[in-house]
Amino acid sequence: MKTPLIAAGLALAFALAGQAGEKPVLKVYTYSSFASDWGPGPQIEKAFEKTCGCDLQWVTAGDGAALLGRLKLEGDKTEADVVLGLDTNLIVKARETGLFAKAPEAPALDNLPVAWADPDFLPFDWGYFAFVYDKTRLAKAPKSFHELVAAPDDLRIVIEDPRSSTPGLGLLLWVKAAYGDKAAEIWRGLRPKIVTVTKGWSEAYGMFLEGEADMVLSYTTSPAYHINVEKDDTKAAAIFDEGHYMQIEVMGITRTSDQPELARRFVRFMLSDEAQAIIPVTNWMYPVRMPPGDLPAGFEQLVPREKAILLPPEEAARLREAALAEWLAVMSE
Amino acid sequence: MARRHERVNGRANLLVWTGGGAAALVLLLVFGTLAALAMKAESASGLQPGDWAAIRFTLLQATISATLSVLLALPVARALARRRFPGRQLLTTLLGAPFILPVIVAVLGLITVFGRHGLVNAVLTALGLGPIEIYGLTGVVLAHVFFNMPLATRLFLHAHLSIPPEHFRLAAALGFSDRAVRRHLERPAIARVLPGVFVTIFLLCLTSFAVALTLGGGPRATTIELAIYQAFTFDFDLARAALLALVQLALCALAAFLALSIGAAPDAAPSLATTPWRADGRGIPARIVDGGWILLATLFLMLPLGSIVLAGMAHLPDLPTVVWPALGRSLLVALAATGLALALALGLAGLALSLDGRGGRTIEGIGFLPLATSPMVLGAGLFVLLFPVFPPQALALPVTALVNGVMSLPFALRALLPQMRRIEADHGRLADALGLVGINRLRRLHLPLLARPLGFAAGLTAALAMGDLGVIALFATPAEATLPMQVRLLMASYRMGEASAAALVLLLASLALFWIFDRGGRADARA
Repeated sequence: MKTPLIAAGLALAFALAGQAGEKPVLKVYTYSSFASDWGPGPQIEKAFEKTCGCDLQWVTAGDGAALLGRLKLEGDKTEADVVLGLDTNLIVKARETGLFAKAPEAPALDNLPVAWADPDFLPFDWGYFAFVYDKTRLAKAPKSFHELVAAPDDLRIVIEDPRSSTPGLGLLLWVKAAYGDKAAEIWRGLRPKIVTVTKGWSEAYGMFLEGEADMVLSYTTSPAYHINVEKDDTKAAAIFDEGHYMQIEVMGITRTSDQPELARRFVRFMLSDEAQAIIPVTNWMYPVRMPPGDLPAGFEQLVPREKAILLPPEEAARLREAALAEWLAVMSE
Repeated sequence: MARRHERVNGRANLLVWTGGGAAALVLLLVFGTLAALAMKAESASGLQPGDWAAIRFTLLQATISATLSVLLALPVARALARRRFPGRQLLTTLLGAPFILPVIVAVLGLITVFGRHGLVNAVLTALGLGPIEIYGLTGVVLAHVFFNMPLATRLFLHAHLSIPPEHFRLAAALGFSDRAVRRHLERPAIARVLPGVFVTIFLLCLTSFAVALTLGGGPRATTIELAIYQAFTFDFDLARAALLALVQLALCALAAFLALSIGAAPDAAPSLATTPWRADGRGIPARIVDGGWILLATLFLMLPLGSIVLAGMAHLPDLPTVVWPALGRSLLVALAATGLALALALGLAGLALSLDGRGGRTIEGIGFLPLATSPMVLGAGLFVLLFPVFPPQALALPVTALVNGVMSLPFALRALLPQMRRIEADHGRLADALGLVGINRLRRLHLPLLARPLGFAAGLTAALAMGDLGVIALFATPAEATLPMQVRLLMASYRMGEASAAALVLLLASLALFWIFDRGGRADARA
């Protein structure tokens, strides 16, 4: 009984001591892997603190959806100055909270395949969802959903659940956006090939690496990790004729921030050459602005710009429930 | 005389306060967090058609998983109780391992053995038999049996070891057959603990989420806990999350009530707590049967564990240094949670024993509640309660210790209560005659005879708290991550190899903690 109380007291004392510093504190809420030692967080923090004369503190939640959940729990009393790491599918709900202020002017987002005009949120990186496969195990990858459906049944895929994971939701909207009323047919065709539906990306990707599935729903930039870190070029993304659904990760400044000027500076910093150059090899996503020099191997554009698919946030929010019900019905048949 | 009575009453009150306080803390955490979430909800919400399917599937898989775990654990525990062989101690310790593994690590371990390209299918294919596919109800049950059968085995083994050795001597002198020994000695001992063990495992499976989804093969394997998670994160429908959590609690209450009301009454016979001596099971057939069960259980547990160890060893050189401070934080959390869980369990058990009939059963039932609580709701509810007062990240570790202490209470209680009942039956009347009541009775009568279950309960709690991922993720930032959270972070950054090495460190540290406590308990018992 006593130990947690003592520990709580100590923790509180440390927290108060930490706040006694002179520098202004900027609290940035993000998902935990962004701020982990292997994500962009540490490098971004170091680079920004060099010029801001401030203390940047990360506050994290599990993933984009959990981040929004936490923000809603905190409401008006939130300490967040900047929220970084929601995606376009969450924008409508994030705006509904009324917690966000207008976004500052942004420089031209020359590496984003779609036009951006949201008043509250600015993108900082993006990726295409894609099925990733191992070239040594799968000689000929399907080139479309139709080819995937028509492939022999021993081609097995693993996907994430749209009810608990953002890539899962991305696939749901991808199929819906590409096939509309025929989406159920595609799902019926995919069903026998789906080994299992996992809670999140890590489970699915781990199972794929274990050889439990031939393809996994991930990103076109996933092979870049294996090329750059593991010097392994056996992984590739299957490029589909229908085009690829995008995930755009965005950031916004809270209305309640007590450091609005610093928050705006941070948001602009995230779009600077310095920060945008950190993103690819730490978050394994495309930068929204082209930093000077070439992007690392594996970041070549495999999907032509006109094949980028993205439902506008309002449309995605409107379609989600019906698409989910349809998916559940087909998958439970 | 009057003074003595006063003192006795004072001690008795202390017990009521400790036990009552423990019960109140559990109720507050379980229902307070639920209420906190419900109050935050913006609108009322009802159950959806899909939820009924989730409730049905949840009940189905939990019933099958718990039944199979218990049925398989019975012969294994009996074999372990009857046989002495090299490695028996090690095997008994390793029985604690599956239970404490982070779910995702255990699932990947199971897949390397039972998956499409796993060991089992390789053998089957070599024998010309078709490959098996585990995804679906089979996979869910398989994983739950892997997690829980060893726990059941340990609890049944304790029941076997609680049979007084004099009884075995007497049975041998009377020329009892193995069958007679089973009927007159083993069955009553097992019957005392069986309902509690069954409910514990049933409830553990009831709140399962990631296992059910990953191995369930798709949305047909949706559990209530997944529905809660979805309501909470993606829909942010707090009313629905709270309602579903309430359904889960109601199912738990029903299951616990049923089990406790059919629990057999303890028999009363004095025992000298020494290492048992047994004369049964000396025949060849009995040896073969026992050996077979031990071999099967060992293979079933050790193959997936072995694959986890092998995968981790290959990447040990890449182990990132942040693993070590994370390990330190996990150890702190584990030790704090252990202290709390034991204090709560002893308080609750003492109170439950001092009250007769319904009152005692109610207190015992409260001890089950944490099992049926949705970790998601508990974490989020605590967040809502604490956020206005403290910065959540400052409280990450204390809150994790608190929640783990309370969450482990049911296991600690399962380990302690049957033994304490037994002690009451053996020595209760003597203690009554001596006026030994309240805390004094707990300290003078129970504690000296409880070393073995206490050690086991402490080991289990410590190991469980080491492996927990539920609450910490909601409160902590990566800078103060515990080891399981670090494993998840590595995985989320594509670093599956380093994650497997970190998972190996976690597994070894948890086992070491479990071993130290459990061993400590057994050493005392022998003295």
